[in-house]
Amino acid sequence: MDAAQLTGTGTGQVDLRLPEALLALFPGAPRRLHLGAGSVRELIAELDRRWPGMSDRLTDSRPAIRKHINVFVDGERAGLDTPLDAGASVTILLAISGG
Amino acid sequence: MGEQVSVLIGTRKGVFIARSDAGRSAWQIDGPHCEAWPINHVIADDTGTLFAGGGNEWFGPAVWRSTDGGRSWNHFSAGLTYGEGGTPIKAVWSLARRGKTLYAGVEPAGLFRSEDEGETWSHVEGLQRHPSRPTWVPGAGGMILHSIVLHPDDPTQIWVAISAAGVFHTTDGGETWAARNSGTRCDFLPEGQQYPETGQCVHCLVMAPGRSNRLYQQNHCGMYRSDDGGVSWQSIEKGLPSTFGFPAAVHPRDPERLYLVPLNGAMEGRFVPDGRAAVWSTGDAGSSWHGNRAGLPQENAFFGVLRQAMATDCLEPAGVYFGTSSGELYASADEGTNWISIAAHLPVIHSVETWTPRS
Repeated sequence: MDAAQLTGTGTGQVDLRLPEALLALFPGAPRRLHLGAGSVRELIAELDRRWPGMSDRLTDSRPAIRKHINVFVDGERAGLDTPLDAGASVTILLAISGG
Repeated sequence: MGEQVSVLIGTRKGVFIARSDAGRSAWQIDGPHCEAWPINHVIADDTGTLFAGGGNEWFGPAVWRSTDGGRSWNHFSAGLTYGEGGTPIKAVWSLARRGKTLYAGVEPAGLFRSEDEGETWSHVEGLQRHPSRPTWVPGAGGMILHSIVLHPDDPTQIWVAISAAGVFHTTDGGETWAARNSGTRCDFLPEGQQYPETGQCVHCLVMAPGRSNRLYQQNHCGMYRSDDGGVSWQSIEKGLPSTFGFPAAVHPRDPERLYLVPLNGAMEGRFVPDGRAAVWSTGDAGSSWHGNRAGLPQENAFFGVLRQAMATDCLEPAGVYFGTSSGELYASADEGTNWISIAAHLPVIHSVETWTPRS
């Protein structure tokens, strides 16, 4: 991991891992980064600020995390309102789908 | 370099582009583009900018754009939404461009407009206010707005086709819409109720070149022509092997000439009839039909052709192209008489369009 990618917005930084398929849609986005967010919703908003359009790829208008996207916080399945503690490990994964 | 033609192919797993010179006998294919997303429609504007609309099971709907002939693509979806709390949009199904305005039809059925090359979108809300809106139901392909027909001269006029809601027309840029289904049949409704104002399962809607009042549609239940902008429709299915099919493609210059691929029926597998492929053409606006078979498989052909998977080019003589549900792409360089296979092992082909650079 590039140390330059370990930058955040202040307190409440979490350790985030993004799926490879998402990175292919946003050239320059790192596989792993640290950023500050108090909830999954805030985390996705911060991702969208850095890479415009990324929120649309992860959430829909219900509003909710897309049906075949899974967000895990410290190993537990999370929703948009799931709070994030400082140092939390957040992993965004693709569910089984397709054909 | 002489004239060239590109065939833009939207598939279940990405965009492919077939390119040839004007002879159209030797083709080179590149792809898959757009990260192998399911792509329902690919178009090019006059400058050669490519737009591809689709939707991914994981990442949702988007319009992709390439300004370098397909070598690189960006994706956009800002504004492609019915708003917070609204039903999520599953995919983009159809694209059309007039001047600087790009239109997108989506699932569930709705129309969106972009004035910035597809980067941001606004909802054409008037269509949702049509009184029939609560009665719209999905067909087998979903509740999709799959055909967008733009008037060539009048920017306020648009026709759209929705499965299964029917054809609608606006003359005020999308604020208000009128149903345009009079004379089209719903065999799936009880006797005496088969000609409703809306609810038709229209499969494809196209406009004749040079005659903006002439529309053709392939319907779930028959083939039709309108000579008054869709106010009334006449059946032109007599002489065809089936009333069922998906695509329709007009000749680039002759408003009397149309191409169809009838299938064996809605409940019979939706294959080309008898396992023998044919593109049916008319040169008299549907009064008579001819099955064109030369070069097409005439035994054990059990494929279908989806609603957006046939197109013509603007060369002389006109080229005709169609892609199959089993990933084959066929081309005719002589107005549909003789056919060759361009590709045989692509993913399911959703759409075929063409682009020819203007010299």
